[in-house]
This record gives sequence, structure tokens and C-alpha cells, in this order.
Amino acid sequence: MRAWFKISPLLCVFVNFFVCSEVFAEEVKLQGGGKLRIGLVLDRGGIDDKSFNASAYEGAKKARDTLGAVLKYVESTDGNFVPLLTSFAQKKFDLVIAVGVSQVDALKKVASQFPQQQFAIVDGEVNVPNVKSILFQEHEGSFLVGAIAALKSKSGKIGFIGGMDIPLIRRFALGYQAGAKKAQPDIKVVTNYVGITEDSWNNPAKAKELAVSQYDSGVDVIFSASGASGSGLFDAAEEKKKYAIGVDSNQNWVKPKYILTSMVKCITQAVFDVCKEVSRGEFHAGIQRNGLADGGVYYAVDQFNQDLLSKSLIDQVEQFKADIISGKIQVPDYYKNKK
Amino acid sequence: MIFFKKMIYFLKPLFSVVLGLGLGLVITKIAGEDPWNVLQILLKSAFGSRYDIGMTLFYSIPLVFTGLSVALAFQAKLFNIGAEGQLAMGSIAAAAFGIYFPNIPFPVAPILASICAFLVGAVWGAIPGWLRARRGSHEVINTIMLNFIASGLTSWMTLYLFRNLDSQNPETKAVGAGYWMPHLKIFGESPVSFSIFIALFAAFCVWFFLWKTALGYEIRAVGQNESAARTVGIDSAKIRILVMAVAGGLSGLVATNEILAHAGRFRLGFSPGYGFMGIAVALLGRNKPGGVVLAALLFGALHKGTSDLDLETENVTRDLSQILQALIILCVSAEGLWSFLLESSFGFKKKKKSEIRTL
Repeated sequence: MRAWFKISPLLCVFVNFFVCSEVFAEEVKLQGGGKLRIGLVLDRGGIDDKSFNASAYEGAKKARDTLGAVLKYVESTDGNFVPLLTSFAQKKFDLVIAVGVSQVDALKKVASQFPQQQFAIVDGEVNVPNVKSILFQEHEGSFLVGAIAALKSKSGKIGFIGGMDIPLIRRFALGYQAGAKKAQPDIKVVTNYVGITEDSWNNPAKAKELAVSQYDSGVDVIFSASGASGSGLFDAAEEKKKYAIGVDSNQNWVKPKYILTSMVKCITQAVFDVCKEVSRGEFHAGIQRNGLADGGVYYAVDQFNQDLLSKSLIDQVEQFKADIISGKIQVPDYYKNKK
Repeated sequence: MIFFKKMIYFLKPLFSVVLGLGLGLVITKIAGEDPWNVLQILLKSAFGSRYDIGMTLFYSIPLVFTGLSVALAFQAKLFNIGAEGQLAMGSIAAAAFGIYFPNIPFPVAPILASICAFLVGAVWGAIPGWLRARRGSHEVINTIMLNFIASGLTSWMTLYLFRNLDSQNPETKAVGAGYWMPHLKIFGESPVSFSIFIALFAAFCVWFFLWKTALGYEIRAVGQNESAARTVGIDSAKIRILVMAVAGGLSGLVATNEILAHAGRFRLGFSPGYGFMGIAVALLGRNKPGGVVLAALLFGALHKGTSDLDLETENVTRDLSQILQALIILCVSAEGLWSFLLESSFGFKKKKKSEIRTL
């Protein structure tokens, strides 16, 4: 008897386990059933970065709610995207969306392996017949916020904080610089990067450190393209009572009064659109570029920041925008400059 | 009775695994999933198809290497927490070798690169071994610190010496075509390669080395009673350096799986913590090569099995893998409790006591 008493905790576990399985075995999985199935593979930074990944997830969520799709997502914890993409493809998801430029190589491999499946990638270019590459002209949008920063700056010095030092982020930096110089030819632009590894997308502490030292050196507006690290910049802006500029999503609401504007990439809309295409059976592979002209990138003005931007400033920026669209202003593109 | 005790010796880790899994599934129940369904997903995802089995093996192979590394060091009572750093150094060495000498033809190239990975891993392991043996600083601290140094060093080498400029990812250039290990076609598209045989061979070698050679005997003697070993004339300092070097080399061989079979280049952060999982693998495998292989297989299966949870369930994610691993380790380390429960329930604890009394 004593012996049984001793092993009773063990028994409890097993009994509990089998009882649970009995009761719940009747619950049928609520999956599939002719519904559109969307798989989302997110980059580092994850779903809560209030920026890049968040906006992609937002778009997919909208598709789930309005199109009645089934949505599953995975966040990458290491750099291994191939198994994640493969899992979705093997399970025959109708659309697999790779979010982020770091998945280019992985998607190239997986998409060629599953030629019957439909894929999309945000921010990266993959030339495989069953992949839609959703690209943004981030240099054009950066040009405009650069102009805003320069016009708003009183000290004549503005800053840029990039996430990981990669060509994509240099594209932001170059456009930003060009816009600032166009608006105020004698402006000084200070540029820093959070780091050179994947962790740079998720390191608010380092971003804050950089921002504080930039503000202390006389910079009064900072634009950050650094994913989840950006929140560090916003904290620094609030602390130092200076301005920051958000990126990817409309981040004006995060710290009203301190966020001058946001350089929005319409990732949400683009992701939703590709889901809609698939649901209607109109999926088109190939490259889709979203720029200023089609509203794919823009600077956000809403109730949180309209007091910060004067009418004359907006007018001038709108003029730049019109000039870019008409081709009168050529915004330097880091991708092309490199080649 | 001896047979019975032996049985219990082998059954304990098994019970720990089952109990750990059971507890983990209870957690999934609390999270609102059907545990039975979760278990099915785990099994199907780990062993459902040839590709799945291949991926399970692919994740297991590095764990065999790091598990052996930790287990070997433990036989000399050294705690090798530095497998993560050693595998990173070994891997970057193999990649660097492949980048500097891209034209070496097939059978020679991977062999040379593997030797290179082993040697650099060995150097990285020998440093804390030497510090312990000659300077008396504790290897736990030193191996942990060397992990950070290795991570910094490999980042620097990847980004400033061998960077692949065509990619937006932080990775090195590709190694030459001759370096790729042949994949085992039987496992479909999964990247399981010849390196699985290297892993098994390494396990055999470690067993042979420890239990069939004089040097291995000396290592175990140092581990079990250092002063006794010294008294019979064993140079314990030399043994410690040697053990840490071989342990480091074994970790370095992870390169055969990652660099020479999967990526063909060094990618920053490719390891999801193989080095640290190796500690758990060694613990579960009772620091014996055979046990390590089985434990690595289990952990590999957990890693692969949980990867589909994000896709198939609503409330449970891949992180369950870590919870399960932690629970299993917790159950393993509660060994005292196990002996107590099992022995008392089979009623020969009393006998032990009476034996003591008669003595």
C-alpha cells in the first residue's frame, strides 16, 4: 500500500493524461475545409515589432477576417527559414508569404522545389515562376521624410539610425540624405547602424543609446529604419524632447508629439491584396513595385502629428512628391548605384 | 536483484522522458489543446515521412557531436559548457578552409575541412583545459567566456573577412563545389548527409577510447578520484588538457553537418543552441556514447516534431520543444526521487537498509 502511495504522483499524471485525451479526442480540428489557407513566415523582430512584421501580419489578419481564410504564422528564432517555408509548402497552404529580405535565398530554394505552390515575398526579389515579389520604393518615401526632417530641424543636423547594415537599409539612408539635402542644401546628416547581425532588428537598447548620443551632439530629428529596435529611438526622443520619424507602419501613435511622421510602406495592403488575388484565383507571379505614385509608400499625417507639421512645410513636401512622380527629381537608388 | 537494479538503471532515463513528455502534454491541455492531438502532431512531424525522418536526423547529428563533447569532458569531471563556441569556431574554420582552397576535389576536400574543423575546435577546447590544468581557473567560467569570444570572432570573420556581398544575410562566401558531402537520397530533400556516419563513428571512437584504451582508463580515473589517479602516477593536468581538446574537436565536427552538407557556407547564428542542448543530451544519455546517440535522436525529434505546432494548433507554438526538453531534464535530474520511488515501490530499499544493519 505504501508503495502505491509513493508512485501515486506518477499515476496521477498518466491518469490525467489519458482522461484528457478521452474527453478531447472528439474535438475535430477546425482546419481546412475548402477555406483559403495562408501561411506567414515572419522575420526576426516578430509579430510585436509595431513596424515591419506587424504590418505584414496585419494584412494577413485582414485577409483572415474579410476573406474567411485560415491564417497560420511562424516567427523565425534563428536564421533557418528553409524548414519553415517547407513545412507550409508541404501542407499545401494556398499561399505562403515570406516576410523580409533575409528569406530570399531560402525561398528561392523552396519555391523551386514546390513549383505547384504559390509564394510571395515582401521586400525581396525572387525570380522563380511561382513567386510574387512585393517590393517597395523605400528610397522615394525616405526622400520625403528626409525633406521633412531637414525643414523641421532648427540645429541644421539630422540623424539616421539603420537596423542591420545591409543594402536595403542603405537604400533608406541614401534617399533620406538626398531628400534632406534637396530641402536644405547645407544640412548635416549623421548616420549610425544598430549592428551587423540579425539581432540588430530587435535591439531597442542599442538604438536608444545611439539616439541619445546623436541628440546630445545637436541632432534634433532622427529617422530610424530598424524594425523593433525603433522603439528605443522613440524612448530617447521623449526623454530628450526631440523628434523621431517612424518607419514601415504608421507609428505616429506610439509617442504622439515626439514622432514627426512615419515613412509608411503599405505592407498591410500589399499582403492583403496578394491574399485576395489568391482567393479569387488570380495570383500573378512576378515583381510588383510599390512607390509614391501608387501610394505604396507615403509619409503619414494623422491626428497625432498634424500639429507638428505646418502648412507651408506640407506644401513644399507635396511639391517634392509631385516632382518625384513626374520624374523631375531623380531619387538616388542604392540598389542601382551599387550596380 | 542485480539484474533488477540494472534494469532500473536503464529504465530511469526512459521514465524521465515519458514523465517529462506527459507533463508537457498536460501543459498543452492547460493551454487549451487536445494533448492526444499534440502528441500525434509531434510524432507525425518527426517521423511522418522520409523527409521528416531526415530532418529529425539532421537536427540530431549536431547534438550527437556536442553531446559526446560534453559527455567526454564529464568523464574527467570537467563541465564543458563551451560546446557552442567550439562548434562555431570549428564551423568557421571549415568554411574558411573551403573559401581559401576552393579547388580541392571531392573526397579529399571534405576530409581536410573536417580535420581543420576538428583541430580548431580542439584548440578552442584546449584553452580552458590548459587554464584549468595549469592555472586552476575553473573551466565552467572559462568555457562560457570563450563562447562569447567565439561568437564575436566568428561575427567579425564572417562580416569582414569572408562576407558574401551578394546576399543581404550575414554569411560568408560559399565553399568550393568539392566540399559538399554526398546527401543520403533515401531521405528525400532533407539535408542528411554522410556526416551521420561520422557522428556514429565518433560515438564509437569515444566509447572505444574511454573504455578500451589505457588513456581512456586514465581519463576516467582522473574523473572519479583525482588524488588517487595522481598517486598511481597519472598526470592529471595533461589528461585534462587532452580531454578538453578532444571535446572541443568533437564539437567542431558539427561543421560536417552544417557547413559541408547543409549551407555550404558559414551563416551567423546557424546554431539554435546545439552546444547548450548538448549538455542536456549528455545528461540524459548518462554521459555514455550510446546514451548520447539515443538522447540526441530524442531531442532532434522534439525539435523537428514541435516545428509543425505553429501550423497545426491554435494555442501551442514551437517553443513547446524547449518546455519539453526542460521538463525531461528536470525529471532526469530528479534522479534521487526516482530511485526512491522505484525502489520503495518494488520494496528492496528495505533490504538495503537491513543489509547495512547486518554489516
